[in-house]
Amino acid sequence: MTYHNPPTPPRKSATFDDAALAEIRRAAATGIYDIRGGGTKRKVPHFDDLLFLGASMSRYPLEGYRERCDTAVTLGTRFAKKPIELKIPVTIAGMSFGALSGPAKEALGRGATLAGTSTTTGDGGMTNEERGHSELLVYQYLPSRYGMNPTDLRRADAIEVVVGQGAKPGGGGMLLGQKISDRVAEMRTLPKGIDQRSACRHPDWTGPDDLEIKILELREITDWEKPIYIKVGGARPYYDTALAVKAGADVVVLDGMQGGTAASQDVFIEHVGQPTLACIRPAVQALQDLGMHRKVQLVVSGGIRSGADVAKALALGADAVSVGTAALVAIGDNDPRWESEYNALGTTAGAYDDWHEGKDPAGITTQDPALAARLDPIAASRRLANYLKVITLEAQTIARACGHNHLHNLEPEDLVALTIEAAAMARVPLAGTDWIPGHKGL
Amino acid sequence: MPAFDLSTTSIRALNEALHGTGEPLKDRRFEVRNPRGSHAVAVGCRDQITVAVHGPVGYYCGGMNAAATITVHGSAGPGVGENMMSGSIVVEGDASQYAGATGRGGLLVIKGNAASRCGISMKGIDIVVGGSVGHMSAFMGQSGHLVVLGDAGDALGDSLYEAQLFVRGKVKSLGADCIEKEMRGKHHATLEQLLSKAGMRGADPSQFRRYGSARKLYTFNIDNADAY
Repeated sequence: MTYHNPPTPPRKSATFDDAALAEIRRAAATGIYDIRGGGTKRKVPHFDDLLFLGASMSRYPLEGYRERCDTAVTLGTRFAKKPIELKIPVTIAGMSFGALSGPAKEALGRGATLAGTSTTTGDGGMTNEERGHSELLVYQYLPSRYGMNPTDLRRADAIEVVVGQGAKPGGGGMLLGQKISDRVAEMRTLPKGIDQRSACRHPDWTGPDDLEIKILELREITDWEKPIYIKVGGARPYYDTALAVKAGADVVVLDGMQGGTAASQDVFIEHVGQPTLACIRPAVQALQDLGMHRKVQLVVSGGIRSGADVAKALALGADAVSVGTAALVAIGDNDPRWESEYNALGTTAGAYDDWHEGKDPAGITTQDPALAARLDPIAASRRLANYLKVITLEAQTIARACGHNHLHNLEPEDLVALTIEAAAMARVPLAGTDWIPGHKGL
Repeated sequence: MPAFDLSTTSIRALNEALHGTGEPLKDRRFEVRNPRGSHAVAVGCRDQITVAVHGPVGYYCGGMNAAATITVHGSAGPGVGENMMSGSIVVEGDASQYAGATGRGGLLVIKGNAASRCGISMKGIDIVVGGSVGHMSAFMGQSGHLVVLGDAGDALGDSLYEAQLFVRGKVKSLGADCIEKEMRGKHHATLEQLLSKAGMRGADPSQFRRYGSARKLYTFNIDNADAY
């Protein structure tokens, strides 16, 4: 008897799915790991999995437009003679000149200033334009120390010692040859056109005990004026925060895995680090255990998009948030107006992530003068300021609805979670229950 | 000449005076006594002043120095002269790790030995070491010169960019992408000048070997992956 295999629909492997197969073929064809910009693209538990309860019988709301809901935040109150006063609790994350074009950096500085907040340098030093256009500028102190000098240290408003980054905790910087222009090369003391891979560890300290001495040096150089931030990636947030406090930080910046990068290995972006949602409560717990919550400020970044995200991060205990990817989108990154050019690059608006190639149609992640000229920094700064003000207003709207007269009065008790995972990470009850998975005593 | 006794005076008071923060600088010469391994001694100097430190210092002595002439009559802890911009620092004794790290200019002279990672990520500084240097010295050195009159430890010049290295003694091993290069006339002249500036006049430039970048790691190539 002959057996006829009945026809069945083709079935692809869930393990070897199209993306996995494509990556295997790409690696085999090119002999290089996939490098890209942005943060993780996989779906992870996030602020969308939380909801605010709002006011009810036991709490009364504040009137919108009539009763104040303050948004100001002061960063660096622990040791610095000159803390930073922000009008809104949303700052612009560190992004380098080199990774971004000059006009893009200018737009970020101008936009942040219009909104009453700070912007941040990156792994490439401080440009005069950036300093000039930013009323409040945070100067990153990175392992590479490209362009580092005491004059810029003194003309900064704060110093951010970068230990890690959410997109790649444990990884160093990367700027490929296409973007090492004459000016970028000069600022970094590097030959033009090389693939620049900067160090992942600082060259002159190792561990929190050394960092404490390094921070002493930075404070002495700047006569104890500047707030000193320590930025960590979302790796071990409880201990990283506690050790940052021990090392003498005024501010801890905590960047979850949704945080962007100008260029990193995809395998790093997608497989190293924890989601932002999982990082906040352990960091806040560390501050509370040390009696330092609100004394050492916590700035959270990685996937902040809306006023709801801002409000949720603050409700979980952050003092402020930082936006990078969203700020780039606000000034024009991945805008559908460039769709035909994205198509020519083999991608589409919203998915373009080859920021390291320097061919950005929007003129933001490039050093090509013609492309960079496409971005009008004045108009872009207005867009950024609009965006920052809108998300602040959104956060105020939620805070008022929860009965709070300052964004900092938002609290975990205002929240519930939609999923068990988010409930466990955010340490708030699963909606409709009093269950906080993993919470001691419950 | 103002003298600061660090057994009774704080580092803050010393650096404030050297910066002219409290009141404008009136003196140009300063003395520091009893540093007893204090950290951040004479950091961030930005004027043409002379600072003589009598005794051993801790971490980051002379950090980010610009223009000042600092002499340590003793040994120095980690990161002496880190990220210095200009001026000079002389350590009469030995120096610990990371001496001259990321330095962008000026002259750092260590008359004794320097430990590991001397000149790490150097960006234009000139470093002259009278004795030997430890492992990973000049790691990722971008620019400037490292002169070693003694020996160099393992992995000298690993992942080197354009810093130039001169060693008179033995090199235990070279790091990834670091190779020995021909010592031509201009290198001889550069070395002679550095030795003279550092006060190492007895040293003969012809006894040195030169090391620099092979530039094979400048652009990623999967066939060089075993070097990473």
